[in-house]
Amino acid sequence: MTFWVAFLGITKRELLRFFQQRARLLSALVRPLLWLVVFAAGFRAALGIAIIEPYDTYITYDVYIVPGLAGIIMLFNGMQSSLSMVYDREMGSMKVMLMSPLPRPFLLIARLMAGAIISVLQVYAFLLIAWLLDIEMTAVGYISAVPAIFLAALMLGALGLFLSSFIKQLENFAGVMNFVVFPMFFLSSALYPLWKMRESSEVLYWISEYNPFTHAVELVRFALYEQMNAEAAVVTLMTAVVFSALAIWGYDPKKGMFRRQGKGAG
Amino acid sequence: MKRMLAIACLASLSQLSLADTIYVSNEKDDTLSVIDSDTLEVIKTIEVGMRPRGIIFNQDYTHLYICASDSDAVQVMDVATGRIIHNLPSGEDPEQFALHTDNRRLYIANEDDAVVTVVDTQKRSVDAQIDVGVEPEGMAVSPDGKWVINTSETTNMLHWIDAATNELVANTLVGQRPRHVEFTKDGSLLWASSEIGGTVSIVDVESRRIIKEISFRIPGVHRDKVQPVGIKLTDNGKYAFVALGPSNHVAVIDAKTYEVIDYLLVGRRVWQLAFANDQKLLFTTNGVSGDVSVIDTDDLKVIKTLRVGRYPWGLAVKP
Repeated sequence: MTFWVAFLGITKRELLRFFQQRARLLSALVRPLLWLVVFAAGFRAALGIAIIEPYDTYITYDVYIVPGLAGIIMLFNGMQSSLSMVYDREMGSMKVMLMSPLPRPFLLIARLMAGAIISVLQVYAFLLIAWLLDIEMTAVGYISAVPAIFLAALMLGALGLFLSSFIKQLENFAGVMNFVVFPMFFLSSALYPLWKMRESSEVLYWISEYNPFTHAVELVRFALYEQMNAEAAVVTLMTAVVFSALAIWGYDPKKGMFRRQGKGAG
Repeated sequence: MKRMLAIACLASLSQLSLADTIYVSNEKDDTLSVIDSDTLEVIKTIEVGMRPRGIIFNQDYTHLYICASDSDAVQVMDVATGRIIHNLPSGEDPEQFALHTDNRRLYIANEDDAVVTVVDTQKRSVDAQIDVGVEPEGMAVSPDGKWVINTSETTNMLHWIDAATNELVANTLVGQRPRHVEFTKDGSLLWASSEIGGTVSIVDVESRRIIKEISFRIPGVHRDKVQPVGIKLTDNGKYAFVALGPSNHVAVIDAKTYEVIDYLLVGRRVWQLAFANDQKLLFTTNGVSGDVSVIDTDDLKVIKTLRVGRYPWGLAVKP
């Protein structure tokens, strides 16, 4: 019961923070919409791009990148959560949370879930706008994508949480953008099918193939078209577990970040 | 007895599912692909003569006529066995043809000879050869069997042939390179596509005058790629579908207002079209990409594209 209350409390705090920061939702949506409306217009491929799974027929480029853009929303939100962790730590409000008698791993996982719920909300807001722009999935597709989006968001949130345990100050966040977010996004199937990547570079193809973000995007892509990509699901789940474990380790005062931080300060 | 019952059961089941079979001619493979309209999968591939293009069923669907262009013959296939049973004399390089409503006379366009050959499918003999314009291509017979229309690609005309006398009685000038003609169900109008002109002309059958010309504009696609070829009209008079060749799109036209409602993305170089029997599905042959796209005519959405042979060209549907 206490756990449930604590979980609700953490989720509520995240939701409150999310809804109070209108600019955050706006910027979360503006970024992928720029890609969808402007970038995709340049690459529209009005003559259609080759059929790959899970698509049954030819599609235009804007249809192709929607799952990838859902991915970038989740990726950014995962990073945003990690940013707010750093902020919380600097402001001292993290201590309040971590000082509660509940086990720390539980608090971190709860925090992760809360972040993933925010991601799901953002992705559906984006899908709604995409729908208004005539990029439609079936009703079943929208429903079957919920668990896929949640799992993918969880994995990317866990990555963010793990990274946040290493970032000592807010200023270092720019490094995360340059060294994590952008490479992850560009070296994935979000913007282009991987076979296309393979035509120009075998090395880049294999890096993209092993990029967990690719699997998160493919999991969502298949689910939006009512299909299950088992490989992507397993990889996403495993990655989520590994990053969560690392994050829990990173937030352990005896081993992870706090100890390193202590050393750094000393 | 048991066996007969089982067959009867199966027969009634297949009646219930109302699956059609769609025959597709593959120009480069010298084959026909047979598609099941329920599963939307190729269930059979049949070898036929060289360069099969236009294909058409007789009225009881026992025979399939195949224009084997490079074999210079119209082949007759027994549908039950999938075997070619004989060839019909067809003149050189038959490409498209139309079966007269009498279920007997075939009107065949001979592209290289500038003639239309009339073949009696029962006597297997040539009834007549009618001189038409240069490079005859599209063929259609009016629903009342009175008119046979041929288009000539280079002369840019529709040729009106009186089916009773097999004589050319009139011509109508249309846009450049007319490819295909289609009568409305009541036979009052004729839709003709002009490949190079990029237009579809609607001709009043009684006056033989063009009453409307439709042009197309697909955002992001160069004008030159918009080359109208195959046309299909729904029986309820609601829609017309026009295959737009290398623009990889099928235009959906409101058949009453003649406004283009939508452009649907299909495979590369979309050529001919055919409805399933209930007209709920429309099949397109996409020559360059070697596949067939399936359009839901209620939702106006492409629901699937499936691989067939190389350079699919013509389509015929058997209920």
